[in-house]
Amino acid sequence: MNPRDERRTAQALASEIKDLARKHSGQMRFMEVCGTHTMAIHAAGLKSLFPESVKLVSGPGCPVCVTEKRFIDHAILLAAKYDACVTTFGDLVRVPGSSGSLTTFRSEGGTVRVVYSPLDAVEVAVAQSPRPTVFLGVGFETTIPTVAATLKAALARGVENFYVLPAFKTIHPPLRILAAKDDLHGFLLPGHVSAIIGSDCFSYLVDDFHKPGVIGGFEPLDILLALRDLVSMTVRGTSAIVNDYKRVVRADGNRAARDILYDVFEPADASWRGLGVIPGSGLAFKGPYTRFDAAAHFPVNVPESKDDPRCLCAAILTGSKTPDRCGLFGKECTPEDPVGPCMVSSEGTCAAYYKYGAV
Amino acid sequence: MPKNTDGRILLGHGGGGKMTGRLIRELILPRLDRGQLGQLPDSVVLSGLGDRIAYTTDSFVVSPIFFPGGNIGSLSVHGTCNDLSCSGARPVFLSLGLILEEGFPMARLQAILESVAEAADEAGVAVVTGDTKVVPRGSADGIFINTSGIGRIERPLSLSPSRISEGDQILVSGPVGNHGMAVMLSRAEFSFDFDLESDSASVWPVVERLLNLGEGLKFLRDPTRGGIAATLNEIAASSGKGVRVDESAIPVDESVAAASEILGIDPFQAANEGKIVVVVGKGLGEEALHLLSDCPVARGAALIGEVTTANPSKVVLTTRIGGSRIMAEPSGELLPRIC
Ligand code: SF4
Repeated sequence: MNPRDERRTAQALASEIKDLARKHSGQMRFMEVCGTHTMAIHAAGLKSLFPESVKLVSGPGCPVCVTEKRFIDHAILLAAKYDACVTTFGDLVRVPGSSGSLTTFRSEGGTVRVVYSPLDAVEVAVAQSPRPTVFLGVGFETTIPTVAATLKAALARGVENFYVLPAFKTIHPPLRILAAKDDLHGFLLPGHVSAIIGSDCFSYLVDDFHKPGVIGGFEPLDILLALRDLVSMTVRGTSAIVNDYKRVVRADGNRAARDILYDVFEPADASWRGLGVIPGSGLAFKGPYTRFDAAAHFPVNVPESKDDPRCLCAAILTGSKTPDRCGLFGKECTPEDPVGPCMVSSEGTCAAYYKYGAV
Repeated sequence: MPKNTDGRILLGHGGGGKMTGRLIRELILPRLDRGQLGQLPDSVVLSGLGDRIAYTTDSFVVSPIFFPGGNIGSLSVHGTCNDLSCSGARPVFLSLGLILEEGFPMARLQAILESVAEAADEAGVAVVTGDTKVVPRGSADGIFINTSGIGRIERPLSLSPSRISEGDQILVSGPVGNHGMAVMLSRAEFSFDFDLESDSASVWPVVERLLNLGEGLKFLRDPTRGGIAATLNEIAASSGKGVRVDESAIPVDESVAAASEILGIDPFQAANEGKIVVVVGKGLGEEALHLLSDCPVARGAALIGEVTTANPSKVVLTTRIGGSRIMAEPSGELLPRIC
C-alpha cells in the first residue's frame, strides 16, 4: 500500500473507532498482551489517534519483563561458580539483578555473549568447548519451538558443553487470571504467539469471561483494525475471538512446532514478576533433554531477591498502572540505568513510554 | 554515574548518548575545562590565532575494520573532516595517530593507509603529522586510529543553536542509517545478505554550497552515533525549541529499511558518516535544496521538518499513518564500535 493510502485508511479507521466509542458510556480498557504490540502501538503514535474513552494498557507478554530478578542472579552466580560462558538474547544483558546486571558481570571479567538465535548459542558452545556454555532460556511459545529444535539438533550432534537455564513461559495461564479483572474489557491477542498456538485456544475468554479477543498483526493498520473490532464488540455488548491476522495465524496454529516443543518440554510451575507463581505456566525439560538443564547440572545457592518497592513493573505488567505513574520514570530509571526490566527490554512498556513518549 | 555500576567504564560510556555526556560533564570537564571545552563543540574555533582556524580530534575503533563502503582508514579521514565542516570550516590539515596490535597483517595496514590517502586527496586535506605505536597482542583489537584536523573558516558565520527560531526548516543531506546498518551487517554474527554500503564521505562539498545561504544557514551537525534521532534531540535541547519531523519525509534506502527490520535497529538511530542535518531560516528550505541539487554527496537530500514553539526541547515525529509520538534521544550501549 502506498504511504498516502495507508495514511488515509488509518484516518478512516481512527474515525470509525471514534464514532463507535461515542455510542458507549464510560471507559473501554483493552490490554495488548504482547510486548511487540506495545512497541508497535507507541512507534506509530497510535494512542494519539484514539478518543479519550478508549485506553490501551500493556500486558505480561514481554518475556524479559516477566522474568524475575532472581533469574539474573542465578545466571551470574552459576557462571561465576563454574566459569561458564553465558549466551543470551541482547535484551537480557542490561536487566538489573540484585547486585548488577550481566553487563556489569561482563565488565568484571565474566564471559557474556549476545546471540541472535539459539543456533548461534550452540555454535558459541562448540567454539568454547569444553567450557560449559549456558544459554538463557527466556521467551514464550513463539521462541520456544526454535529452542526445542536446536536442542534436538544439539543432542543428535553430541554437543556436550551446551546448557540452557530455563525461564520459559506460556501465555494462557496468566491470561486467564487477567481475564477475570473487571476493569479489562477485551484483549488484543499476540500475533506471533498465536501463529504457534492458533486462535481457537483463546475461546475461554468468551466462554468463561464473556470478553472479546482479537488477534492482530503488527503493522499500524493491523492494530487499528483489531482495535476497531474490539471497540465494536464492546459497544454492542458481544464477545468473540476474532482473527484479524489470518495471513499468519490459523485456527489450529502450527501443529508441527507445538509437537517439537512438547517433545522436549513439559508443563511446570513458573514464577512471574508481578504475578507470582502460576501453576503450569512454565516449561521443564523432559526425557533425554534433562541433560541440558543448567539449573540441575550446576547447583548454586541463589538467595531470594527483592524488587525495588518503588518500581511499578508488577502493576504495569498486569495493566493496572501506566509508567507515567511511577515516580522513578525518566528520573532514577532510564533505559541506560534501569531500575526494572520494563525499562530495559526493547518490548518493555516503560521503555516504550520513554522512547516514544506521550505527546 | 550509574548507581549499580560504580567505578567501572561500561561500553555505554562510549555510546555518544547520555552516559557519555555524564562521563564528560562529571569526570572530564571539572578537571580540564578552561573556558572553551565546556561548550562541547564537535570542533572548536581557536581563539588567539586570528579567529579563522577550527580544530578537532576523533578516535576510530570501528569493528570490523573493513566494511562495505570503506574501512577504518577512510572513516578516520571523513569523520574528522566532517566535524570541521560542521563548524563551517574547510578541512585543510590532518594528523594521523596509529595504534597497532602486534601481529596485525602488514597487507591490511597497507590497504588502510591507501584508503587514508585516497580519502584525504578526495577531501582536499593533507596528512601533515602523525605517530605510530604498537602494543602487545591482546592490548588492542588490530588497529585503532586517532586523527586531528585543522580547518579554515571561510565565512565568519555563527552556526549556533541559539540562532534557531520558530519556523526554521530542517533538512538532511541524504538517506539515513547506511553506515550503522552496513557495519552491523558486516559483523560476523550476522549472516544476512544485503546490498548495502556505508555512506562514509566528506560532507564539505555540501557545507560549501550551503554557506551561500549566509545568515540563513543556522546550524549544521553530522548525525554519527545515535543517528538523526540524537542530532534532532541535540537541536531541540540546545535551542530550547520544539522540533517536528515527518516520518514519511525522512529518506531511508530500501535496503536500510529491510535491514533495520531484521536487526531491530531504528534507522533514525543508526550512525551516518557522510550526511549532515541542517537548520535553515524559515522559507529557505527549497533554496537550500536547490543549492545542493548538483552535489553528488547530497543525493537524496530532503526537507524533513521544522522548528516549533510547541513541545519545547522535544522532538515530535508525525508517523507514516498520521499519529504523533516523541522521537527520543537514543541511550546506552546501542551499537558499540560503530566508528
Ligand atoms: S519506570 Fe522503572 S522503576 Fe518505574 S515501573 Fe518502569 S521499570 Fe520500574
